[in-house]
Amino acid sequence: MIKQTTYLSHSYGKPNSWTLSAYESAGGYRGVRKALALTREGVIEEAKKAHVRGRGGAGFDCGTKWSFMPKESKKPHYLVVNADEGEPGTFKDRSIMEMNPHSLIEGCIIGCYGIGAHACYIYVRDELHLSKARLWGAIREAKAKGYLGNNPFGKDYPVELYVHSGAGAYICGEETALLNSLEGRRGEPRLKPPFPAQYGAFGCPSTVNNVETLAIMASAFDMGCDEFSKLSELHPFNDGGARLFGVSGHVNRPGIYEAAVGLTLRELIYDLGGGVLQGRSILGVIPGGSSCPVHLPDELPTLPPDPRYDAYRGKSILDIPLGVDTFRSAGSMLGTCCAMVLSDAVDPVLALHNVMRFYRHESCGQCTPCREGCGWIERILNKVVEGKATIDELDRVHEIASNITGNTICAFGDGAAQPALAFIKRYRKHFEDYIVNGGKSQTRRLTV
Amino acid sequence: MAFALSAEAEQKLNEIMARYPNKMAACIPALHLCQEANDNWVSDDVIEFVAQRLELGTAHVKGVVTFYTLFNQKRPGKHQLWVCHTLSCAMRGAEDILHHCEKRLGVHVGGTSPDGKVTLRTAECLAACGTAPVIQVDKTYYENLSIADVDRILDGLVKGA
Repeated sequence: MIKQTTYLSHSYGKPNSWTLSAYESAGGYRGVRKALALTREGVIEEAKKAHVRGRGGAGFDCGTKWSFMPKESKKPHYLVVNADEGEPGTFKDRSIMEMNPHSLIEGCIIGCYGIGAHACYIYVRDELHLSKARLWGAIREAKAKGYLGNNPFGKDYPVELYVHSGAGAYICGEETALLNSLEGRRGEPRLKPPFPAQYGAFGCPSTVNNVETLAIMASAFDMGCDEFSKLSELHPFNDGGARLFGVSGHVNRPGIYEAAVGLTLRELIYDLGGGVLQGRSILGVIPGGSSCPVHLPDELPTLPPDPRYDAYRGKSILDIPLGVDTFRSAGSMLGTCCAMVLSDAVDPVLALHNVMRFYRHESCGQCTPCREGCGWIERILNKVVEGKATIDELDRVHEIASNITGNTICAFGDGAAQPALAFIKRYRKHFEDYIVNGGKSQTRRLTV
Repeated sequence: MAFALSAEAEQKLNEIMARYPNKMAACIPALHLCQEANDNWVSDDVIEFVAQRLELGTAHVKGVVTFYTLFNQKRPGKHQLWVCHTLSCAMRGAEDILHHCEKRLGVHVGGTSPDGKVTLRTAECLAACGTAPVIQVDKTYYENLSIADVDRILDGLVKGA
């Protein structure tokens, strides 16, 4: 059911929406005052009630993540914000940083207090120059007003925020690679354990949260976290609140839409996104960034016997509410909730070719299965597109992808293998046609 | 040493270093600062300078420079132009824009136009998929582009001093 909300997007498109005065006149900086009136443990207990699942793709519960931070330690704690948005298809965090940066600042203060940190680094990818400028501007404004610094909102709990710039590497969106990059190293993921809550930034206990996760926490605390969670149709799945949904590709109105959790892909594509270009049908949908598997529009997933799923049985993947657990149970992945839509006028082989070029380019090279495997898959797909591949080689993509999965330090490998497996499984005939017809396909294009 | 920062940039570097609990963490921001002060590229002298200021090995700094795509190891043109060609942009015509830029500038991807004004590059997902296709020129995004829009942008770059 569509329940559009405006917790984060109320200011989008309005003049000077990024200023402190605009944010406060829309009710900003109320949540943080309520949070600072609680004890640190109280903040974590309250945050858990919001059931805000991490908005960066992994979907881990935010309050639970905060609770992993040590209660007492001699080392300083750090909050690190993952603003290295770069997953193909994902463009929501940038909108928050550019148009509503104070919501992130407010969320960071709450987060710092909840995890016992006095310093927070916002790791922004270098390309987002406007985002960095808006965040620095917001930090300066908040500091001048006494919302940051030694006594935020009069509380004896110093908080400092800093914007840190990346330098062009998708892998730095992986939390441990991000920590290495923040420390001034190559952005190569670390083996876990130790987890960041024990040994994170600068060897100290750290929490890494996505931009949207923190920004929405400000609204959750203002509203009351329990009430906020109940906005969601998936509250029974502990997947609460409202979030940003993105849609891009072949739809009439691509963009960011904010709604209560529980929206379906069909609603996102047809009701909010205005339907497929030229009134055509959907060839496939990638639900939340290119690491998620692609789905056919009429796919009927098998759901677990749990009675909470009864309402969704027999429904197409397009009609199952977009949630972390619902999509995982349906054999998919929610990712960042920014869907990419392919119309039936285009060629899925070229789409996978494009996606695999991305992963080959962005593999950090640390683990052999991923470094070599992504390259092999891309080279085989090059041959498929040129009409020089064999059926054996197509089968080998499956084998290579399966050998990447689970055999790497970080989740990038799985994220690269998943689209390859999903595309070939669902569009096998298109791939075989390329091979049989020597590179000729009916469409051979990605644009409508 | 061949490379040095202006007094103003030195001040900035000190501000950057003060943000972190150790000097190494300033490595990437310091490289950005120096790259900008060095015609947008990181020369061996820049690496040496950053290594000395941050008390790091030159090998460490070089390792960082070579890991990240936005540190130029060669001098680029006056302007840098990135065409995003990842899936959402590709579905909205990024390849046509890329070919058009190649034709207009007379270079292949990775090259610099003969007048030295524009270096043409591809980018992997610029996080602007909802407003695809998108290009980045230096520090500015241009979104929802048609070929005519790209022509206007290129005119401005080529004519500009």
